Amino acid sequence: MLNIKKIRRDFPILKRKIYGHPLVYFDNAATTQKPQKVIDTINKFYIYSNSNIHRGAHYMSDEATISYEKVRASVKSFINSKHLEEIIFTKGTTDSINLVASSFGRLIISEGDEIIITIMEHHSNIVPWQMICEEKKAKLLTIPINDKGGMLFDEFEKLLSIKTKFIAITHVSNTLGTINPIKKIINKAHLFNVPVLIDGAQAVAHTKIDVQDLDCDFYVFSAHKMYASTGVGILYGKEKWLNEMPPYQGGGSMIKSVNINKSIYSELPHKFEAGTPNIAGIMSIDPAILYMEDVGLHEIEDYEHQLLEYATQEIMKIKGVSIIGIMDDKTSILSFIVDGKHPSDIGIILDKLGVAVRTGHHCTEPLMRCLNISGTVRASFAFYNTFQEVDIFINAVKLAIKMLN
Amino acid sequence: MSIQAKQDEIIAEFSSFNSPVDRYDHIIKIAKELPIIEKQYKNEDCLIKGCQSKVWLHSEFNNNIVAFTADSDTVITKGIIALLIRVLSGHTPKEIFESDLYFIDKIGMNKLFSPIRNNGLLEMVKQIKLYSKQYMG
Repeated sequence: MLNIKKIRRDFPILKRKIYGHPLVYFDNAATTQKPQKVIDTINKFYIYSNSNIHRGAHYMSDEATISYEKVRASVKSFINSKHLEEIIFTKGTTDSINLVASSFGRLIISEGDEIIITIMEHHSNIVPWQMICEEKKAKLLTIPINDKGGMLFDEFEKLLSIKTKFIAITHVSNTLGTINPIKKIINKAHLFNVPVLIDGAQAVAHTKIDVQDLDCDFYVFSAHKMYASTGVGILYGKEKWLNEMPPYQGGGSMIKSVNINKSIYSELPHKFEAGTPNIAGIMSIDPAILYMEDVGLHEIEDYEHQLLEYATQEIMKIKGVSIIGIMDDKTSILSFIVDGKHPSDIGIILDKLGVAVRTGHHCTEPLMRCLNISGTVRASFAFYNTFQEVDIFINAVKLAIKMLN
Repeated sequence: MSIQAKQDEIIAEFSSFNSPVDRYDHIIKIAKELPIIEKQYKNEDCLIKGCQSKVWLHSEFNNNIVAFTADSDTVITKGIIALLIRVLSGHTPKEIFESDLYFIDKIGMNKLFSPIRNNGLLEMVKQIKLYSKQYMG
């Protein structure tokens, strides 16, 4: 059993009132709130130990470098990667995908090749692949979904061929909440020697990730969706690939020596970390991981699932509501539409009642087109949310519908 | 009624609502008063760019008076454009073009909106004034 009262006290923002109502924060799929320890880590860095890493000849720089590299070790154990060098710090999921598309994509994709994604991808796992396909005259193929919002594995098998050179798939759909059968996909792809990237942005904060068990070639995620800072994220890549890949960006930190005619690049992981990073942001990942592990990822998953089940059951009682994404295997994302009502109208009214949700296409326009809808209202839960908040949300939805009738 | 008198009337109307929800409830009611654009004008040309939701706006000019019709895919936007039309329709192009729309601030419409929606609101006003300017000759 989670001690929700104690947990809520650890997240100072949850005390806020919005338009006089207690904040009900159900936009966790967009970004999660930060526990005090994460906020303290960022503050402490700037108050006490701000200095640049990896290059200083002084006490504070060494101290910052040690703390920064300690985060790499935490992330390594958090996702159970084999080597420390396989953890690359980036600006976030989007940056990680662009890095792989640009560096690895250019290396392995040639004219006539094919890259496979699903129709439910977020734009950030579509556009970088479109760009590389355009450049190399390759083809981007999409795996369709069934009407419950689950990907069609048979169709995936049909798309796989000797032309397939890469597969990029989201672990969890940010719009539907669907958990994709990534292990099965990876196994199948590897039979064809095709490497697979998993977009874990919507998964890391909700379920335990083990990259060795998954055997994925790349796994990417953002820190801000797992209770840490915005603007930083992770690229996990198998060492053999990362070693083969050319650097993505040039600059300081990623070189061993620079000669005006030729530079010698650093070894992993620094080869992919050009320039001064968001040091405080990266340091905030450590306390976020500790916090989640302290609460327990299995406990988080269980509790969030209960919230989802309760919210699903209650919202289904409202006339005219249809849930978008009804697979059994789901994270705590509840997307819905209401007959004859625009999601944006509902979202605005919920906001005025203190309930924060997201409305619109959720950066998944191809999925919206495939479902033949313009958008949804999306409520997404985290472990600091409560059943009482679900009640407030349900009542707010009822009131919004009544007002719009 | 002058543009000013109509604005003052709206300000008085909204002053009785205390909570943002009540103000929105009123905007939704006003949406029902919107003079709906004729089907033939509900096209790409009449679509206002820069709005988060779709807004179509059409104007007609007769006897030195401009009349507007509009539509939107969201009810709340319909209410907002209905308010603008209530204030500005039935006036001369010059009056519309030179109007100072102080009621937007006074009823707290700008504060009720996200910055993105506020831009949309400004785009609607801009488009209304652009139409009027064309008729000024």
